[in-house]
This record gives sequence, structure tokens and C-alpha cells, in this order.
Amino acid sequence: MVQLPLGKEGKQLPVRPGKHPDRSGRNGLVRFVKQLDIQLMVLPAMLLILVFSYIPMYGLIMGFQDYDIFLGGFRGFFESPWVGLKHFEMFFDSPEFVRVMRNTIVISLLKLFIGFPAPILLALMLNEVRHMVFKRFVQTISYLPHFLSWVIVAGFVMSMLTTDNGSVNIMMQKLNLIEEPINFLSIPEYFWGILVTTGVWKEIGFGSIVYLAAIASIDPHLYEAASMDGASKFKQMFLITLPSIMPVVIIFMILAIGNLLSAGFEDILLLGVNPVLRDVSDVIDTYVYRVGIQNSRYSYATAVGLFKAVISVGLLTMANYIARRSGNSLW
Amino acid sequence: MLKLSFGDRVMHVTIYILLALLAFTTFYPFWNAVVISLNSGMDTAQGGITFWPRSFTFENYGVVLNDSRLVNSFFISILRTVVGTFASIMVTAIFAYGISKKELMGRKFYMVLCIITMYFSGGLIPSYLLIRELGLMNSFWVFIIPSLVSVWNMIIFRTFFLGLPAGLEESAKMDGCGSWGIFFRIVLPLSGPVVATLALFTAVYHWNDWFLPSIYITNEQLLPIQTMLKQILNSNIMSEQMSQLDSAAQGQMAKMRSVTTKSLSMATMVVATLPIIMVYPFVQKYFVKGVLVGSLKE
Repeated sequence: MVQLPLGKEGKQLPVRPGKHPDRSGRNGLVRFVKQLDIQLMVLPAMLLILVFSYIPMYGLIMGFQDYDIFLGGFRGFFESPWVGLKHFEMFFDSPEFVRVMRNTIVISLLKLFIGFPAPILLALMLNEVRHMVFKRFVQTISYLPHFLSWVIVAGFVMSMLTTDNGSVNIMMQKLNLIEEPINFLSIPEYFWGILVTTGVWKEIGFGSIVYLAAIASIDPHLYEAASMDGASKFKQMFLITLPSIMPVVIIFMILAIGNLLSAGFEDILLLGVNPVLRDVSDVIDTYVYRVGIQNSRYSYATAVGLFKAVISVGLLTMANYIARRSGNSLW
Repeated sequence: MLKLSFGDRVMHVTIYILLALLAFTTFYPFWNAVVISLNSGMDTAQGGITFWPRSFTFENYGVVLNDSRLVNSFFISILRTVVGTFASIMVTAIFAYGISKKELMGRKFYMVLCIITMYFSGGLIPSYLLIRELGLMNSFWVFIIPSLVSVWNMIIFRTFFLGLPAGLEESAKMDGCGSWGIFFRIVLPLSGPVVATLALFTAVYHWNDWFLPSIYITNEQLLPIQTMLKQILNSNIMSEQMSQLDSAAQGQMAKMRSVTTKSLSMATMVVATLPIIMVYPFVQKYFVKGVLVGSLKE
């Protein structure tokens, strides 16, 4: 049911044996001119992809150069002096390396272990609801935060947690849990928790849509047979629903593992404003942004970004390889 | 219907309670923001505003709507969303239609080039230098041109076009219609739901994006509302830290105005969320469908 376009293309490839005499040379050109109308639909878009995706990809070589700002963008990519792996070594030896890697991996794993199962759990719970009005009500409300910008969400978090009469502080004081309001967003110990909770708050509803659809396609006879055999609803959830949506879960798991080094960017940038939090908030992406854009150390930041991209592709390939052995893979 | 066992009933009650709790925690921040934005700022500063405004006023909105910088940023956001969505959907749909044609030379090559960009990119810094080199810094077009083609949307469009019955186009071809004519007169009018879904997601992206303007735009006249809001919230944090250092002086300042930075930023937040809340009920059925189309092809 779930299939990546790459896989689809891959399957189409081998079914074309034999030669294509009309494809070569002059005949090819004639054919090209004949289908110029559809080529003109594709070529402008391809040009945009070439410029805005492939030129930056080529620009990655500046990670191995000392990028010369005075040569400017394109010439800088071509003519800056080579320095080999200097910037990579600098990153590995820098005092930030351990901190950035630790934060990236810890935050990612927290998001993976809490943020990933949360929508599945919600879908399982929604599936048990028999009152359609209540179900639709919960769904409508829980989808909404996905459509808000991170700025708004961060604004909500700040307004809930502020010492200046934030609702969380008010509630905790009323319940006598704390004496004085706590400035949550300036205490490093709380940051990871706030980050993960906010992420779940924003995406739990929207993430559940896919799983609800997968649940809807399960054969109802399975449930009937199970109730005949006296299986409780709770047992049915674990013995029928969960195994049936496993292929979808695995696909999303692979994608999540491929994103393991993308611990977050907008959320951390917006919630971790307080410099006190840098020790726990600095991840690869925010580090690249700070060093590259704010401090203009272009080559160094590119090297750090490239390091991340290469590991991510490696992780994705590995996760996919493992999943393929269980019969569910992206490609 | 079978009677539920005791264990199942316990489970159902637990589920209903948890779901109601989730709905409440999701809804409360919205509600609280609206309440604070409708409450006099000075009164809010005295604390305890949760579910209902205590000293009702439209004053905060008055200040926001009279701030020419905020109003201007609101219009920049609208312009960017309308132009960006329309242009991107058109370019991407035409692209997808071309690529869905089996006779297209280099079809596979084009597809491979597209798919690579889904897994690998040059990243932030080379893109930044490219945009700078192209002279798009401080230009409205930086919002539009780099995001004209979305490979993701192209693949969804393409899947849809491939599913259209071939007979439709055959008859149009008989009548002497070219590929562009077929696209605009037959294919596009048939693609209503897909166009609506993808336009929704593209529009949400454009409306919500604050990061691109924060690095590419320094001219305040061109900043969209989200980036503006981010600056306001950051200055709030700063003032909160200041107030901890020198709460007496800060308190004095707050007392002089009935509109505080907090009530003001809440009103701005509500204004910046309003367009999304307003279209949300109408497009909900489309995006549920849209997500499924997207994930099925994933």
C-alpha cells in the first residue's frame, strides 16, 4: 500500500529490453522538436530545480575550501583555495562538538521515543470512540496546531509558562505544588521536556490521520471473529489493530530514523532564546545557523552541515536495509 | 450489540477522559490568548486571567490595527501567500502534467533528478550564498521564486494525472487541441480536489514561514507578520529578564500604560492566527484526503 516513487520508477526500469533506434542522433532531435510543447512544460521547472537545488549541492564543496567572500557566490564555489578536511577536523576538535552531538542525539531520541508513538496511541484511542460527534470534535481540535507557525506556538508556550501570571504557574500555585512562580524557560533542566511536550502538542493530532486511515482499512471480520472467541477490546487492540497497521508504522519509523540528526530547528531557535539554555539547546542545525549565518564562517558551517547530511543518508539507508528484511521498505 | 465486559468499560472511560483532556490542553492556549488580548493590559498584569476577561476592552486590537508596521506586515503576508501559492501551484501542476506524459523524452532522467533532491540538499549556507548572489536579498521575490517548484507536490499531481482516463485526452486531441490546451481546458478543471489540497498546504507554508525573511530580509517594509511577531516575542523575553533585575522600575513603566507588551503581543498573535482559523473549517475535508494521497505515495 505504501510505496515510494523511487521504488515505482525502479520497477519500471527493467521492462524495456532491446534497442531504441529512434532515440539516437538526428532522429532524437526530431522527436524532441516534435514534442517541444510538453518539453516546455518540464524544462522551466527543471531549470529552477537545477538552480535552487543543484547549485547549492555543488556549493557543498566549499566545506573543503576556504571560501573567499570577495570572489562572491559562484566564483567563490569554483576558485576558493582547497584545504581538504581542515574544517571537519576543526569541528571534531572544537569544544562545541561533544555538546552539539549530545544535544542532537538526546533530543532526537526523546522525540523518537515519545513523539513517534504518541499519534499511534491517539489513533488507537480514537478508534475506540463510538460517539461520532465527540470523535470529530477531538479530531478537529487536535489537528489545528499543525497549521500554526512555530512563532505562534512558541508564543503560546511562553505565555503559558511565563512567571508573569502564566497559566501553568497559576495552576501549580493554586494546587500548592510551588510557592513562587518558576521561570521555566530559563532553567536548563526543563528545556528538553518543554521541547518534546510542545512537539507532541503540535503534531499528535495531525500525525494520527495516517494511522486512523490504516485502521479504517482493517477487515471488520477479524474483530468479529475475535469477539466470538471472547477477546476483550483491549486484547483486540494489541492482537489485531496494532499488527495490522505495522507496515505503516515501520515506514514512518524509517523516515524518523533518517531524520535522527534533525533534532529540531525552528522550535529550538524560538524556545531556546535565553542564552542560559545554550548548553542544552545547541543542536547541529542551530549551530550551523549560528556559526554560518550569524558569524559568517561559511566554509566551516557548510562542513558541519555536510557532516550531518552524510550521516543522515547513511542512517536512512541502514534503517531501510533492516526494514527490507522484514518486508516493509521505502525502496 | 455485544455487552462490554467490566475491563472494557474501564478502558472506554479512561479513553474518553484522556481524549477530553487532550482536547482541553490543545484548546486552552488559544482561548487564553484570545481572553488576554480582550482584557485591559494593566488588569492582566495583576494576574489571574485564565478563562474569562475581567476588564473587557478592544483597546489592544486598536493599538495593533493602528500600528502601521504591523498592518504593513499583515499585507506583506497576504500578498506573499496569494502570489506564492498561485504561482507555485501553476508551475508545479504544469511540470507534473508534462512529466506524466509517457512519450516525454528524458522522463526518467528528470524524475531521478527530482527524487535526489528529496533526500539530499545543499543545506542552509550554500543556499544562502546563492540567494545573495542572485540579488534576491531584500526582494519580495525571495518569497516566491525559490519555492516555485515543489517536488513533493509534483509527485502527488503526477499520480493524480496518471489516474485520469486516457480517453478524455484522446477526444480533445481529435479536435485539434495541443498539450497546453488539454491541460488548461480538460485536466486542470478535473483536478479541483487535488489543487485545493495542495494549495492549502502551500498557502499554510507561505503564511507561517518566518525563517526565510529573518535571514534574507532586513528591510522592515518587507517583513511578513510572523517574523514581526517573532521580534516582538523576543523583546518580551528580554523585558521579562530585565524585570527580574529591576522589577520596581519595570512595574512603574507598566503602570503608566494600560496596554502592555504582553496584551499587545497576544492581540498580534490572534491576528496572525485568524486567517488560518477562518479557512480551517472549510478545508478540513480536503486536507484529510490530501494527507492520505501524500502518504500513499510516500
